[in-house]
Amino acid sequence: MSVSELFEEACTGLKSLFVGLGITGKAFCQPQVTVIYPKQEVDNLSTFRGHVELVGKEDDPSVPRCVACGACVKACPSDCLTILCPVPAKEGQEDAPMAMGPAPQKGSKTPGAVIVDFSLCSLCGQCAKTCPVDSLRFSDNPYMVALDRKEFRIDLMARLKRQAEEE
Amino acid sequence: MQAFDTAQLPRDPSSVRFEPGPTEDKLILSMGPQHPSTHGVLRILLELDGEYIVRAEPVLGYIHRMHEWMAEQKTYFQFMPNMGRVDYLHAMAWNWAYAGAVERLAGIEVPERGEHIRVAVTELNRISSHLLWWGAYLLDLGAFTPIMYAFDDREILLDILQAVTGSRLTYSYFTFGGVYNDVPGDFAPRCLAFTKHLRSRLPMYRDLVTDNVILRGRCEGIGEMDVDLARRYGATGPVIRGSGAPVDTRRAEPYSVYGKFDFRIPAYSQGDAMARYMVRMDELETSCDIIDQAVSELPDGPCSAKAPKTLKPPKGEACYAVEGARGKILVHVRSDGGPKPYRVKLRAPGFSNLSVFCELARGTLLADAVSILGSLDLVIPEIDR
Ligand code: SF4
Ligand code: SF4
Repeated sequence: MSVSELFEEACTGLKSLFVGLGITGKAFCQPQVTVIYPKQEVDNLSTFRGHVELVGKEDDPSVPRCVACGACVKACPSDCLTILCPVPAKEGQEDAPMAMGPAPQKGSKTPGAVIVDFSLCSLCGQCAKTCPVDSLRFSDNPYMVALDRKEFRIDLMARLKRQAEEE
Repeated sequence: MQAFDTAQLPRDPSSVRFEPGPTEDKLILSMGPQHPSTHGVLRILLELDGEYIVRAEPVLGYIHRMHEWMAEQKTYFQFMPNMGRVDYLHAMAWNWAYAGAVERLAGIEVPERGEHIRVAVTELNRISSHLLWWGAYLLDLGAFTPIMYAFDDREILLDILQAVTGSRLTYSYFTFGGVYNDVPGDFAPRCLAFTKHLRSRLPMYRDLVTDNVILRGRCEGIGEMDVDLARRYGATGPVIRGSGAPVDTRRAEPYSVYGKFDFRIPAYSQGDAMARYMVRMDELETSCDIIDQAVSELPDGPCSAKAPKTLKPPKGEACYAVEGARGKILVHVRSDGGPKPYRVKLRAPGFSNLSVFCELARGTLLADAVSILGSLDLVIPEIDR
């Protein structure tokens, strides 16, 4: 490599260096763009897909619209929904304690327990899409932390009750 | 019980092929499966003579998820969320390829508005994929700052996509017949503001990185691939466009409303890592052009056609190809008339693009292998489905 080529290379290298430093210097003077959690929280969550939750009836928000048809359980690709409802007593056994069985049960239109295992959910929305009475929607909670996987099994009926009381 | 004789086991074929040669001074190096520059669980067996690569062989199989098999076990609707996991960086394109194939099979028409939204979100997603590639590639080459700038811009984009789809990475937004939900009212102005912003940032990207001597030194003349080699291996996307062939599914086999839009397919003829880099940088502008056209003429009407709740397409088969950020994505679905697909075949662009690596890496320095690998823009779950 001749001396003139070496000199040229050093010049282009220095130019690159100064241009890069200039851009970094400019960015240094601009306001910070990161969100400092937990001091700040993000606010654009209105359409965020958190785990699914139940929608309450208009006249009584603590009771879900769900009719325990079991369509969402069937549609879910990840098997994360469990819906239990009371099994209607057989003839002659009316006094026996009420048993719970997986939805749907003939003649049973109220769910006894709705549980979603969020650790399995792929947030695909198939359950909400298939629900005939629009009883499921996504919640908007992005801050879910737990040490135990079991804590992601969420009892949606209890959650709905709590939400209705808080309102 | 008879003791198990391990000598009976077949030997790992890769270890057989990588036995030291007669000179015995070759070094076998395993790059990956957790090497930062293999971007996931890809293992590359390298045979080195000093710093030079004599042979390179990618070894797959660390993340096999059997997506195609899963497709046969689930209904058409249930398989949809898997598409976002095949290529998590351009989930929309995979969503589209699968939705498109099933729509073709079942004869479902997508309304005009749905098509426009599909185009806009897919192009937004392509930009986010390219931006992440840009940052990660430079990170591989030893530059840390660019990924921060890329993430800064990508953040605006992810906010838009989150408002539309509800998630930030593994989108499951397409349904058969259109899209899951309509876009919010401020979608078009936000997109236009973003493309304007990105265009204003591109000169900065150029000054900071593209014109930088270090990048040019690491990429120019490295991993040269002529167009025949690319064709022979079935390379698509920016990889073949970097070898001078302007082939793009959006133009070659126009699908959806792409035929209506006016855009340029960037191609560079050098065939080296720098050319592939330049193609992707130019594609950012192309995507901005398409988004501008798609959202400024967003038609009114429904965003989705009515599809039956349990889909049972008639017997037959259908293919649908879309242009993903990494190349041509193709989904082939075969139906036997039941509620589950009889067979699904996914054609991932990354697999063909990776195969070229063995040829490109031979004879280069170890450090150049990183430049080459990064310039192919691999997403491992897509290759190793
Ligand atoms: S969002 Fe999808 S994976 Fe999650 S519970 Fe609903 S159907 Fe199941
Ligand atoms: S689909 Fe709706 S109504 Fe039926 S069980 Fe699920 S939540 Fe209840």
